[in-house]
Amino acid sequence: MNQLSKNKSRFAFKNKRHAKDLLTAFIFLAPSLVVFILFVYYPLVYNFYLSTTSWNFIATTKNFIGLQNYSRILMDARFWQVVRNTFYYAAGHVSLSMILGLGLALLLKEKIRGRNLFRTLFFFPNITTTSAVALLWVWIFDPRFGLLNYVLSLGGIEGPHWLLDPVWAMPAVIIFSTWRSVGYVMLIYLGGLLNIPKDLYEASAIDGANRWQNFYRVTLPLLSPTTFFLLVTSSIASLQVFDAIAVMTDGGPAGKTKVLNFIIWEKAFVEFKAGYASAVAVLLFLMILGLTFLQNTLSKRWVFYAGSDQK
Amino acid sequence: MSSLQNTNTTQKQLGFWKLTTYITLIVALLTVLFPFLWLVSTSLKPDLKAVLTQPPQFIPRPPTFANYREAWQSAPFGRYTFNSIFVALSVTVLQLINGSLCAYVFARIKFWGRELLFMLFLVVMMVPTPVTIVPLYSLMTHLNWLDSYQALIIPFAANAFGVFLIRQAFLGVPNELIDAAVVDGAGHFRILRSVLVPLSKPSLITYALLTFKWRWNEYLWVIIMTSSDAVRTLPVGVVSMQGSAEGGANWHIVMAAIVIVLIPLLFLFIVAQKYFVQGVTNTGLKG
Repeated sequence: MNQLSKNKSRFAFKNKRHAKDLLTAFIFLAPSLVVFILFVYYPLVYNFYLSTTSWNFIATTKNFIGLQNYSRILMDARFWQVVRNTFYYAAGHVSLSMILGLGLALLLKEKIRGRNLFRTLFFFPNITTTSAVALLWVWIFDPRFGLLNYVLSLGGIEGPHWLLDPVWAMPAVIIFSTWRSVGYVMLIYLGGLLNIPKDLYEASAIDGANRWQNFYRVTLPLLSPTTFFLLVTSSIASLQVFDAIAVMTDGGPAGKTKVLNFIIWEKAFVEFKAGYASAVAVLLFLMILGLTFLQNTLSKRWVFYAGSDQK
Repeated sequence: MSSLQNTNTTQKQLGFWKLTTYITLIVALLTVLFPFLWLVSTSLKPDLKAVLTQPPQFIPRPPTFANYREAWQSAPFGRYTFNSIFVALSVTVLQLINGSLCAYVFARIKFWGRELLFMLFLVVMMVPTPVTIVPLYSLMTHLNWLDSYQALIIPFAANAFGVFLIRQAFLGVPNELIDAAVVDGAGHFRILRSVLVPLSKPSLITYALLTFKWRWNEYLWVIIMTSSDAVRTLPVGVVSMQGSAEGGANWHIVMAAIVIVLIPLLFLFIVAQKYFVQGVTNTGLKG
């Protein structure tokens, strides 16, 4: 009897605590949930609906046209060119900035003179306003009087017309974006490197590991959560590139730098084809989702979460 | 004897490694910084004739600040600057608060359906603003928020990426510290405020800087949601400057405008960098 009542009261106590936990959880989550519902979920659902209409922002009625927007888009060779452009940019920008960023982080991990200054200066381009520094790079890429082609001419190379050249415009945008983001990648990697316990290196030194083995067997596996995080976020960001394109090329020359986000903007806010633009947005969303799932699946094979009790 | 030789070789190898590191770093740094030197140099040139030369003139002769006055007067830069600071700061504060609260729930409070809810938050992370820009524009029209500060702040008051990042930081806090606080009778809010937030400061500062920079640099959202100088921000302002210089060839004036846009950022960066490095080095269990 005594035992029973004790059990009962413990159960009641547990229940009360759980109710308090739930209330706290609700209060903590509520403001963010309101923002997400109003500005993410609702527009997302509404976007699917709009993509089945021929709405133009002005008409009071939205004509349902089924999947016509999609079939029009998918049959359009220009759309596939835009997809190719977008992937070209993403692949170039993500790989370049991650390799260079990791390289810089590894160099700056060592105890060297002026480490903080190096770190600060490498990171600086990343905090600069994209649209403003994109303008600066338009001037740098100027074929006749720009800095880049002058530097190339010193090495006996005749530089291309960069932003005016259909072949070189996208590489130019990639160079600009990498210049701007390499310091960010470096900082995130440095954060990851600093979190690797020193005793692991001591242990591997006792085992007689060399620099390369240290990097390959200790650093890289322990950095994999950072790498995974960067890979996912940079790719997703790259698929949505807009500012650099809008300022540097305006989609040209010959449409060679038109990317998905650029045509969403162009269709919606220049041509007022809201329905059509929504359909392109859905396709961009699906690509981002696909990419995330792909990376998720792949990451299970090689990401190692140190000290995490969460699967 | 043999161990002495070994030490010698190691020392030599170390010296060589250091030298290589320095040379690589300095070359990389010059590459990264040269655009800024070129920017300042161009902005100080007396006229377009001095700008459009081949080979380029690196030291302006004579240097002049007149381009800065001309750039400042050709657009309401004071207003743009205020708007940029106000919007970015508001969003950063709101996101830190909301992000920490949500991260706490997902890291510490267990309840039925939590994993599902977390998945829903992760979905938010996969829905980038550009994907929903068309309905959002129509929503802003209905709320009567077009061309207002609300349009630039409220939709960004919470961010799933922040929740994800801060949660990771909270999960890294050793359980013993939290258990100690629980034994002391601390409730949820006190654990969050006195244990998790202080111990996750580096991540929080890093995230605050990322958020501030992210909102400060916003271009697409601002050109779509605003139409007047009263609420427009610097990133849009500077590009419209280039438009006003017909042909876009007045590079010395445009470069001066870019410097004006970058100076507040440079100042902020010098101040925040101190906290940033402190934050990064202060990780982990102390003592």
